[in-house]
Amino acid sequence: MKTNGAAAFPTPPNNAVRVAEPIYLDWNATAPLKQAAREAMRAALDDVGNASSPHGPGRRARRRVEDARAILARQLNIDPTRIVFTSGATEANTTALTGAHVLASAIEHPSVAVWAKSKIPVDARGLIDLDALDRMLGDDPLLSIVAVMAVNNETGVIQPIGEVADIVHRHGRRLHVDAVQAAGRLDLAPIAAVANTMSLSAHKLGGPQGIGALLLTDDLCATPLLRGGSQERRRRAGTENVAAIAGFGAAAAELQHDRATDVASLRDALEAGLKARADDLVIYGEGAPRVGNTSCFGAPDLPAETVLMALDLEQIAVSSGSACSSGAVEPSPVLLAMGVDPTAARTAIRVSMGPTSTRADIDRLLSAWGSLYDRRRRRAA
Amino acid sequence: MTDFPPIDLDLPKGARVVVAMSGGVDSSVTAALVQQAGYETIGVTLRLYDDNGAPKRAGACCGGDDARDARAVADKLGIAHYVLDWASQFRANVIDDFVNEYAAGRTPIPCVRCNQRVKFADLLDSARDLGAAALATGHYARRTIESDGVALRRGREVARDQSYFLFATTKAQLDFLRFPLGDWPKDKVREAAAAFGLSVAGKPDSQDICFVPDGRYAELVKKLRPEAAKPGEIVHVDGRALGTHDGVIGFTVGQRRGLKIAGDEPLYVVALDAAAQRVVVGPRAALGRDQVLMRETNWLAVPDAARDVEVKLRSAQPPTAARVRAADLLTGNAEIELAMPVEGVAPGQACVVYDGDRVLGGGWIETTRRSAFSREVATVSRLENAQT
Repeated sequence: MKTNGAAAFPTPPNNAVRVAEPIYLDWNATAPLKQAAREAMRAALDDVGNASSPHGPGRRARRRVEDARAILARQLNIDPTRIVFTSGATEANTTALTGAHVLASAIEHPSVAVWAKSKIPVDARGLIDLDALDRMLGDDPLLSIVAVMAVNNETGVIQPIGEVADIVHRHGRRLHVDAVQAAGRLDLAPIAAVANTMSLSAHKLGGPQGIGALLLTDDLCATPLLRGGSQERRRRAGTENVAAIAGFGAAAAELQHDRATDVASLRDALEAGLKARADDLVIYGEGAPRVGNTSCFGAPDLPAETVLMALDLEQIAVSSGSACSSGAVEPSPVLLAMGVDPTAARTAIRVSMGPTSTRADIDRLLSAWGSLYDRRRRRAA
Repeated sequence: MTDFPPIDLDLPKGARVVVAMSGGVDSSVTAALVQQAGYETIGVTLRLYDDNGAPKRAGACCGGDDARDARAVADKLGIAHYVLDWASQFRANVIDDFVNEYAAGRTPIPCVRCNQRVKFADLLDSARDLGAAALATGHYARRTIESDGVALRRGREVARDQSYFLFATTKAQLDFLRFPLGDWPKDKVREAAAAFGLSVAGKPDSQDICFVPDGRYAELVKKLRPEAAKPGEIVHVDGRALGTHDGVIGFTVGQRRGLKIAGDEPLYVVALDAAAQRVVVGPRAALGRDQVLMRETNWLAVPDAARDVEVKLRSAQPPTAARVRAADLLTGNAEIELAMPVEGVAPGQACVVYDGDRVLGGGWIETTRRSAFSREVATVSRLENAQT
């Protein structure tokens, strides 16, 4: 073995240098941290104090936590005591659903789907079948909680939560709403008004990862997963993640602004551009009401993994299906539930935007995707 | 620099090159060399089978740990790297074929199928879709340009040569492929891995068929095709019934070990008749074969019946002088005549035809025969055996 072998190799040339700026179009996986959230977190991190301590530093930490809770409560138009901070939406969903007989829609996030005893079908547009919901609740008296997400993470399809709540409550059951993808895209107050429990995640709305919230109408709604401390009114033991909660609050304070930003016109430009380049393009959930930031589409014979790689090489970040199922190219359960054939489902790409996305981002995406599509066409010809 | 001359892939400067990275030392060094040569290097690792919960074992490729190793190498080199989960394609195109071949009494080579149906098919297509100018792999084989187009040649180090496993590569695929290690001896590859600071420098070479833990092929076949494990008769070539066996999948033509039959002369598996669940055994002299019929042939050069060539009938066997007697390019069948009888020629293995170090083509061994001439030779060798 050569000991001076390294000398035989010149430093590898940096041939990854690119002029193009990275473009982030995967906001439904996680959104960039908002400036206000960063500042609130930095202030909290630079301070000391356990929110349970009665002294000055403790009181300052408590203040940060309660300020954030108050901001969130105003956004949801509910009493602040109904908000429990959790480590994220997965914990919030788990707290709400553990041990219950759950009837969930067929398109829920895995952290909800895992608790489902049975599933409410959706139609080809991705909207849940309200008649089936009514029938299933009538047929099975053991079902105690119905879980329907407000906005689907993969397609952006908006579920009719008001109508769902009417049916669920008419049957005397409770409604859990995973509202993670609705934040910043829909007004959360009307959802909070009808849901018995509701989950939110900070990092989908410009806050940090690792913090979320469960909204409870009463303390009977859920059994605490973590016990032994009086934090969060004994509903979630453990020292509060003060900095993350502060960041969550600061990010949530800008939700109206987020909603007022027009990303739907970017989405529409994207979809029009894709269709102009590919006459065989399919847009999933197109026929249903959708939030403005999400587009889920595919072209036959253009596997999602190839699109992901090709766009990543052009410094453009998008997603195939939900982030959890990317890596393994299993067809998305959401699309399968919509009746999409598994081969087509493997072509599905999700582009999700946010308030800072630009027309230039969309144009570069269209150009890169169009070149890939044309190369594929030429090769297949 | 003299020890490790920069490679030349005969591509425009800065061209995009996809490297198939298995997580082993060879493909890792390949990626490092491609990058060092100034090409835009993209590593792709295929997850080909699910090894969740399986114990970590040294000497296999393309499971979860290997994907992590490949990623670590890519990170070290600073190149883009993607892991593609192609377990379902691999199952359909390679594992099922492997099991069916064993169940049919043949001795398959899944690595050839994997190259043919996965790596040089879907992966090569993906590389083209990504706008790559070539797909590079860590195979020990060489690709040269001759007057009649692109040619496949043996790796420089005979003991490491992997050209046998590449016989099914078409000219169109070969045009797009690059084998940067073809001129390299193995110890130099490890030396390069260490010099590049790659964590896999000391990783053992892959030995087994990647998806068969501990080399227990029969267990896998029994699991996936339980009906293939039917007991049957062991019959001597002279017609005597000698006993019974638990299933033909446990046997390979040419094998001696594992035949628990009392008798004067050592017995070898001469043929497997899966349809009749029969294992045919005989003396060593009965193993000799000098005619080989192959199917699904792939020719990289037009076969010429008048030309002396060499064939390899197993990956680990030295080549044998032969001639291509007939080659039907439409059906893909071809007939090979060996200059001398060869023992243990197993249907399902590959017969690869060489002119010197150049691969002319090859195919799957369908059946084997003995000509009258070889029977004489067999008789002679039996006499020799009797004397010793």
